[in-house]
Amino acid sequence: MQGAGLEAQALYCRRGDRPLFGALDLSLKCGEALHLVGPNGIGKSSLIDILAGLRRPSDFHAGADGRRMRGSVEWSGSIGLLDGRPVLDEAVTLERALAFWARLDGTAASVTDHACALGIEPLMDVPVRYLSTGQRKRAGFARLLGQAADHWLLDEPLNGLDTESIGVVERLIAERRREGGVVVIASHQPIHLPGAVTLDLRDHSW
Amino acid sequence: MVMATLLRRDLATLLPGGRRGGTLLPLLFFLAVAMLYPFAVGPEPQMLARTGGGVVWIAARLAAILPLERLVASDLEAGVFDQLALRGIAEEWAMASRLVAHWLAFGPLLLVATLPAAALLGLSADTVRILLLGLLAGTPGLAAIGLAIAALTAALRGGAALAGLMVIPLAIPILIFGAGALSRPDTSGVALTAAISLGLCAVAPFAAGAAIRAAREH
Repeated sequence: MQGAGLEAQALYCRRGDRPLFGALDLSLKCGEALHLVGPNGIGKSSLIDILAGLRRPSDFHAGADGRRMRGSVEWSGSIGLLDGRPVLDEAVTLERALAFWARLDGTAASVTDHACALGIEPLMDVPVRYLSTGQRKRAGFARLLGQAADHWLLDEPLNGLDTESIGVVERLIAERRREGGVVVIASHQPIHLPGAVTLDLRDHSW
Repeated sequence: MVMATLLRRDLATLLPGGRRGGTLLPLLFFLAVAMLYPFAVGPEPQMLARTGGGVVWIAARLAAILPLERLVASDLEAGVFDQLALRGIAEEWAMASRLVAHWLAFGPLLLVATLPAAALLGLSADTVRILLLGLLAGTPGLAAIGLAIAALTAALRGGAALAGLMVIPLAIPILIFGAGALSRPDTSGVALTAAISLGLCAVAPFAAGAAIRAAREH
């Protein structure tokens, strides 16, 4: 529980010509949570992408000699990502859509358990395209659980969820942290994260 | 294991009757061209026998464009490649699997459909033999070009129409050697077509993978 989970240094982000944030250092120990806040367009989702390794941190001029530098992100284990998209095949049943990722993750045996944990077990025969916003979100969480990743990156995880499901998600996050995972959450909605560090990207303008 | 899982999903989505709108449409399109050609140029048997093989090649090229629209763009939008990347599965693997599935979804059926098309055009048995060998050698290359272009244009608005347009000039070498083989007595043209095709298949997954990574950064 004590080891370093996430070490990120000198993260800068630019979209097109527009600088979003800069000079951001993050250091999270295992079991810690980071709550990203800030207005729309400040770069929360871009930061999540950078932390996921899907987008490179932007380069910046360092020091007096103006060398181009680029920040770094280091995790101590595997990472799972859940953003606005459940990333499940629309045309097939929920069961088959989850089974594809479960096969890749080697967790095919526990697909039903994860569906039960999210309360979407009755929907397993329903094609993904017929699911509602909240049901999709919960299906996305079932996929995330199946990945069995050490750390989680969650972009607006509560969007479209009812009160009961919000409780479930908060419990899952707490559980992941108890098992030593770092959880980074970008959320506009209030979310119960005991002892979480709050980071407002407005304090890190480039 | 990973490759088998990817290929299984790609085949399920791309094969005719598959989930991603995989249909027999390219095949019917292919046969329609072969059927319309005699109406357009007249029914003289010598004329059809001499030019028919080339028409089949053009029809094959055009039919292979139809599935490009959904080949990469929908998965890119849905975030499938992002999730694969988080699991350490390179875009190149995903694209290699998709190349195989894309070819299997239209190639073998196209070869089968070449027989009725050849009958419609009154092609001789020798011509049909070279035509089938040439298509067998050339269609993987056509699939490879299609995949690379589909990946390059996946993040663009109206990318599908652009992809169709970009694929055509790139397919010219295969067309020249593939259709050119018909006018030779031996199969040396087929061998050249196969060589170009193999080269394209080797390069395409890397080009397509790089295109997907580039699409993330914009």
